[in-house]
Amino acid sequence: MKLPFRFLVPAIAFAVLVAFFVIGLQREPGRIPSPLIGKPAPAFSLESLGEPAWKVGSADFSGRPWLLNVWATWCVGCRDEHEALLAIARENRVAIMGLNWRDDRALALRWLAQLGNPYVSVAYDPEGRTAIDWGVYGAPETFLVDADGRVIKKHVGPLTMETWEREFLPLLPPAEAAK
Amino acid sequence: MKRIAALVAMLLLGPLAAAVDSGQRFEDPAEQARYERLIRDLRCLVCRSESIADSNAMLASDLRREVETLIRAGRSDEEIDAFMTERYGDFVLLRPPVAPRTWLLWAGPALFLIGGLGIVFVVVRRRARAARANPAALDEEPDRP
Repeated sequence: MKLPFRFLVPAIAFAVLVAFFVIGLQREPGRIPSPLIGKPAPAFSLESLGEPAWKVGSADFSGRPWLLNVWATWCVGCRDEHEALLAIARENRVAIMGLNWRDDRALALRWLAQLGNPYVSVAYDPEGRTAIDWGVYGAPETFLVDADGRVIKKHVGPLTMETWEREFLPLLPPAEAAK
Repeated sequence: MKRIAALVAMLLLGPLAAAVDSGQRFEDPAEQARYERLIRDLRCLVCRSESIADSNAMLASDLRREVETLIRAGRSDEEIDAFMTERYGDFVLLRPPVAPRTWLLWAGPALFLIGGLGIVFVVVRRRARAARANPAALDEEPDRP
């Protein structure tokens, strides 16, 4: 069967459009890929949330993988993921550092006292400068840094145990037999 | 009538109030102009289709402050764009860079125009040929596709 030329052109145009839509539907426009993946974790040294005299930062974990979790008390998604963070902390596979972003110190401390504290330390970033270095655009965001100090994974949005087990755990070195 | 006039006035004046960041940040007008141009071309990542100049979001104001700091530190436009893309990726630029993976994006409008012109050319030539072969047919059915 041979279609006339004037059917062929719209048919091809339609096929091209469909192809674009199919590709477009499979992408997640909400997730902006981080250019940080594979790069050294941006260095920072900030006041500790609980102890303003102490400095905490990216150098605290040299040689060990760690998580950086960006949170704030004004962030609704952070409350949603808090249980998951507590469970991950209990697993004891990886240390979680909090980056308290654009928040109020007293409110943040009250949040941790009320909901529990999954963090080994929390860096206090009221002006959001360190958050910019990490390319943070919306809390919560979670980064996994490997033992060599490179960012190997970024998750935007509330973390769930399912996401943790599916996307993060395979990236961690196998659990040690004895702890 | 008065109400309509007031409404029209409000609608006309609205765009003037659109700029969120209207304050003067630099004494030097050239630096101020540079600052304004840079923030107009950077995307506010939480609001997606707005520049950081148009957005009231917290991140937008943080990024404006960052641009201001970088200008004061004497960084060039290219260095400031690089600072942003290292952290947020090309997506932060409202004007995407011309690179192999964006060629289709940039050439898209031209390709559509060329394609359309091609179709017009083929159709016109066919009709002209048909008209030469059978001039009477045109008068009989002028609207035939």
